[in-house]
Amino acid sequence: MSVGKPIERLDAVAKVTGKARYTEDFTLQGMKHAVYVRSDIAHGMVKSINVDEASALTGVRAIFTYEDVPDILFATAGHPYSTDPGHRDPYDRNLLTKHVRYEGDEVAIVVADSELIARKAARLIKVEYDKLPVLNTPERILADDAEMIHPTGNIVGAHEFVVGGDMAEAIKSSEHTLENKYSTAMVQHFHLENHIAYAYMEDNENITVVSSTQIPHIARRIISEALDFPMGKIKVIKPYIGGGFGAKQDVVVEPMAAFLTLKMGGAPIQINLTREECLSCTRTRHPFLGTAKGGIDKNGKLTFMDVEVVSLTGAYASHGHAIAQAGGAKACTMYPRSVIRFNATTVYSNMPAAGAMRAYGTPQVIFFVENMMEELALKAGIDPLEFRLKNAGLPGDINPLNKKPILSHGLKECLEKGRKLIDWDKKKKRYKKFKDGTIRRGLGVACFSYASGTYPVLVEIASVRMALVQDGSVHVLTGATEIGQGSDTVFAQMASETTGISTDKIKVISTQDTDFSPFDTGSYASRQTYVGGQAIYKTAEKLKDNILAYAEEMTGVLANRLQIVGDKIVLIEQPDKTVVTLKDLSIDAHYHKDRGGQITAEVSYKTRTNAPSFGCTFVDIEVDIELCKVDIKEIINIHDSGKIINPILAKGQVHGGMGMSIGAALAEEMLIDDETGKVYNNNLLDYKMPTIMDTPDLKCDFVETEEPTASYGNKSLGEPPIISPAPAIRNAILDATGVAPSELPMSPKRLFELFKLEGLI
Amino acid sequence: MFDIKSYEKADTVKQAIELLSANPDAKLIAGGTDVLIRLREGHEEFSSIIDIHHLEEIKGVEMQDNMDVRIGAGMCFTDVIESEIIDQTIPIVAEASGTVGGPQVRNVATIGGNLCNGAISADSVASLCVLDATLEIEGIDGAREVPVTEFYLGPGKIVLTHTEILKSIYIKAENYMGFGTHYYKYAMRNAMDIATIGCAAAIKVDEGKVETLKLAFTVAAPKPTRATTAEQFSVGLDATSENIEKIAKKALEDLNPRDSWRASKDFRLHIIETLAKRVITAAIIDAGVQL
Repeated sequence: MSVGKPIERLDAVAKVTGKARYTEDFTLQGMKHAVYVRSDIAHGMVKSINVDEASALTGVRAIFTYEDVPDILFATAGHPYSTDPGHRDPYDRNLLTKHVRYEGDEVAIVVADSELIARKAARLIKVEYDKLPVLNTPERILADDAEMIHPTGNIVGAHEFVVGGDMAEAIKSSEHTLENKYSTAMVQHFHLENHIAYAYMEDNENITVVSSTQIPHIARRIISEALDFPMGKIKVIKPYIGGGFGAKQDVVVEPMAAFLTLKMGGAPIQINLTREECLSCTRTRHPFLGTAKGGIDKNGKLTFMDVEVVSLTGAYASHGHAIAQAGGAKACTMYPRSVIRFNATTVYSNMPAAGAMRAYGTPQVIFFVENMMEELALKAGIDPLEFRLKNAGLPGDINPLNKKPILSHGLKECLEKGRKLIDWDKKKKRYKKFKDGTIRRGLGVACFSYASGTYPVLVEIASVRMALVQDGSVHVLTGATEIGQGSDTVFAQMASETTGISTDKIKVISTQDTDFSPFDTGSYASRQTYVGGQAIYKTAEKLKDNILAYAEEMTGVLANRLQIVGDKIVLIEQPDKTVVTLKDLSIDAHYHKDRGGQITAEVSYKTRTNAPSFGCTFVDIEVDIELCKVDIKEIINIHDSGKIINPILAKGQVHGGMGMSIGAALAEEMLIDDETGKVYNNNLLDYKMPTIMDTPDLKCDFVETEEPTASYGNKSLGEPPIISPAPAIRNAILDATGVAPSELPMSPKRLFELFKLEGLI
Repeated sequence: MFDIKSYEKADTVKQAIELLSANPDAKLIAGGTDVLIRLREGHEEFSSIIDIHHLEEIKGVEMQDNMDVRIGAGMCFTDVIESEIIDQTIPIVAEASGTVGGPQVRNVATIGGNLCNGAISADSVASLCVLDATLEIEGIDGAREVPVTEFYLGPGKIVLTHTEILKSIYIKAENYMGFGTHYYKYAMRNAMDIATIGCAAAIKVDEGKVETLKLAFTVAAPKPTRATTAEQFSVGLDATSENIEKIAKKALEDLNPRDSWRASKDFRLHIIETLAKRVITAAIIDAGVQL
């Protein structure tokens, strides 16, 4: 029995010893290197490109400009293909462009013998532009006479829903209402491994692309679309990957690498972006600007919440409006007994393109909602924690959006657990003494809800193949991708749990190769354990049945009297009695001349449920008013992610998400000039991602509900930890100082302005 | 990979000077934490390199017979931090050195390189300013000494000519004995960051009154600057919290921070005043005086 045990991740030793091979670690003889020529203006049309000096450089093999690429628009978002044309992502990108839409847009590409030469050559290419007005604020982007960033217009998508009752009545029944403006910043994923891919051809017909991607099967489809090249003749391989956080749930360099190898006679071509390019020329998190309204009745019930946002998707749609849609939808289950209105518009802008990022629009929406909740409670004179406890959903509540019952809902227990762990009630009293002077103390709390996949918006398909090896071990092939989150390990535990075979006999093949890995859309939406887990369960059941059936054929003992324990098949009634070892059984199956065959099982399964997951953050801070700095003294995340499959990996997920959210709360933002679109800080020095010295001790705990729709009782955990720390910190700053920040990040620079405005300094 | 056109390894300071003199495009490299970054960014003016990182002449920390302290310009920050002599005489230099980058950077970056890079945010310079350090420079035309407070000409500009090398940093006994000191680097991160404002103070208090105060700032003006108006104003004042606040306000008179996207002028001025107050207070406490 393996589920629930803190087993060491399968790739731990390979990674810490440096033996794990990532995309950059593979080299091929004759590999060429490609480097983009990027625009130094944010909006305009290329007037001329002079490549003379660059072409003359020794080692430069080819230069392609926007005139040389196929006239095909493609969509880069790593979504499953939609059979509904109205639901497909915007097809708005060419491989290279004449119309540059952000600083860093791709107008040409150099192929050279080394990356050094290619970079030098790229710097020597002179591009002249006709400038166009830069549109970076909603007012300018949506103005009637605004320049069109794309021929389809500046609005990428818009929608609205009102659920859970009648809004006018909810407002009427409210004792207090309020409306506040909030905004979140453009932040970055910061996967350690930059975007990288290489492509080559082994014959005249087939292209192989090796890429650091979360979505090998989707990447294959998009490469095929972008080049109008047969999908079956493209193979995408995903080796070990150094993180993605959503930035690699997008196709970024793969189609270009494939295009270049086609053009260069099949030569291997690598595109390896720099950190600077990753920061401003791949994907970011959508900044949201807007308002949140809410109402409370005389009994402390949340009567309604109403969030209205503009989401800036930047120069290209990428995941576009899907981000705001998902963010609004996923926030509906934490306080499901109120009327909920959500209105969102996603617009293009002359900024780096935003795409998928951990928790996909939800951190933005929850920042709005949880700030509003805090202020509403204060306005009504109720303790913000009591207000949340009163309105938190319960098992059996109906999700107001999809009208389905919420079968497991542990939010209230999470709040109660956190309250105890941080010693909320005592500290609340104690910190009353620390509300003036330069050093102040405060407590904050914020909740979140999330989902365990994308159904019913998108298909949730997962496929697994298991094969018994001659030595009695099992190989597991899955299309689901290990991207550092630990899914391979968890899958091994699940397979062990269901078959009875010990985890050390189960090898999950970590590399996906679309030529032989079963179909799965990849790693995103915190779907792996929930959706992938269903396919693992069903395949493992089948494999077990096949093994036991063969044991019956071999030994004559009825399969339904047998079970697998570790590496043996034993009698259920007498587990110490070995009927046959797995090894002997497998050798017989493979090599007996008159019976057997390779024992395998394969399942492709579509999950048609989507369990919401929940949790909250409690934080205890000290604010130094004069220094405009926040010091986190204690921070705890409590999660209801159903049954925890591997506690040590779960903890790791939570710590990582909390760290990212603390960065977004206090420090991180891409700084872009409103007038010129210039990106000021696309480097590690000026983009203030926290270091370990800036990260407090991170604590977490779990409320293990049992989710009946999941094979192992589990729900999502990959993304959720990043959602609630930022609003909790914000609410703690409000508690400590009486000043209510409304914008992220709450950096010293911003706190200085706020404290000055409020007369604190 | 770096686009290095020429690389020469000098055997002595004298030879390094000759190599510099022979090649007007050459740049010295010691720790490389500035030079290699420029090269990676494609700045070709850094592609001819003369390596001095190993030269014994620019290494070492010594206490002279007269109790003056010499620091070799080629000492990496980790060595500076771990030096017992520095710890016992001028701990503020170790404190400031500890705020440079992270461990990997401190293991190679040198204190001399930090000064010669000319950055207005250099982490070591404020501490050396309040210690009135003297810099020993050798060039093709001979040697000279320059006070660290006169070493900087402006952002990225220093007094060294192309053929000169910074060899050693000297701190006279009279400039550290009896002083309480403190350094504070205000940055957006606790590691791997450049200072928004750096502030160092060295103070001598006699019978409750300020005898000497030296107060220096980085990123507060076009070059690292001593707040001389505040220093003069402080002489003879009682070492009290009220007076420290007055001195801190005076500090603003000699400084002129930039308004930039990194931080607004208003914000920097506020931090300057706050740091002046806190750093002077800490230096007084370091001097063993109760406030």
